[in-house]
Amino acid sequence: MTTAFMLSDLPEFFLHFLTLSLLSIGGAMSTAPEMHRLLVHDRGWLTDADFTTAIALAQAAPGPNVLFVPVLGFQVAGLLGAAAAFVGILLPSTLLSLSVSRWGSRRRDTPAVRAFTAGLAPVTVGLMFSSGWVLALPFVREPAHRVGGIVLIAATVVAMLRTRLAPIWLIALGAVAGALGWA
Amino acid sequence: MLALQGFGGVLAVAQRELVDRRGWLTREEFIAAYSLAQLLPGPNVVNLSLMLGDRFFGWRGALAAIGGMLLAPLVLVLVLAASYNRLSDYPVVAGALRGMGAVAAGLMLAMGFKMLGTLRRNPMGVVLCTLLGLTTLVAVAVLRVPLAWVVIGFGVFAWGLARWCIARQERQP
Repeated sequence: MTTAFMLSDLPEFFLHFLTLSLLSIGGAMSTAPEMHRLLVHDRGWLTDADFTTAIALAQAAPGPNVLFVPVLGFQVAGLLGAAAAFVGILLPSTLLSLSVSRWGSRRRDTPAVRAFTAGLAPVTVGLMFSSGWVLALPFVREPAHRVGGIVLIAATVVAMLRTRLAPIWLIALGAVAGALGWA
Repeated sequence: MLALQGFGGVLAVAQRELVDRRGWLTREEFIAAYSLAQLLPGPNVVNLSLMLGDRFFGWRGALAAIGGMLLAPLVLVLVLAASYNRLSDYPVVAGALRGMGAVAAGLMLAMGFKMLGTLRRNPMGVVLCTLLGLTTLVAVAVLRVPLAWVVIGFGVFAWGLARWCIARQERQP
């Protein structure tokens, strides 16, 4: 049971994503609950299943996860919706990042900026391992895919550390191995 | 311009191209830029490509970097969204997606291992760095604390700590 989206809803829709952009610390995914509230719960433009599909698709497809936002927009209002959602979620954060980055590199040698760089480095490395772990977890949990998945993960780590192979070849290899039912 | 075929792991692709293969950035510079990209609102990878594009080629580089990063995947994901219901029935498609997911996990872990080396020269010292990194890992991967809280909370704490360590080092060279 969804409600039809009217063209007159577009400004509200766009404004919503503009606001969420500045709240999306840690990635657009952190604002997904807020989007769910507007799109599914409050306005009924999408069903729960539509919402989950959009996120699963964006995570499965190449490219950054933020792409679930234009998919949601597409499901609500076609290409126009996709454009409104995507520009909305990116524009404010992009302008902010650009100005902060320029400001920071002008002051690269001040103690405050050096401390920022040094202090956050271990946190960032910790986060990289966390993402790797979270991505690997489905393979560890699922007995049917455990052996193949772990072999593929380990082979990727070794290839990245020991060779200069471009990641795209490894991804292609993973796709072939998976399609053959090895992973 | 930037490799855009990252599969849940655009970051690993960017690191490979810019640091390992082209040598435009050192690992330290890459980590610094990524830390900032993570702390600011907006998708990390988009912020990162924006900053690096801007640093090397000005605002046009920034624009080209996000364009390159987002356009092709955007088209692809919309096509997928339009045809999803038919595709998901094929086990081969599901298998291929799973295989690529495993590689994505490996890419991310490998990048973590590579970046470990940069911590050796950190002014906070190896012990503090290890503690901070491990706490982050446990908080995010095991306890599932929302990322925003981890980044802001640990970020501010680590920043203060590093500030203190740098000040101490400069007093007694």
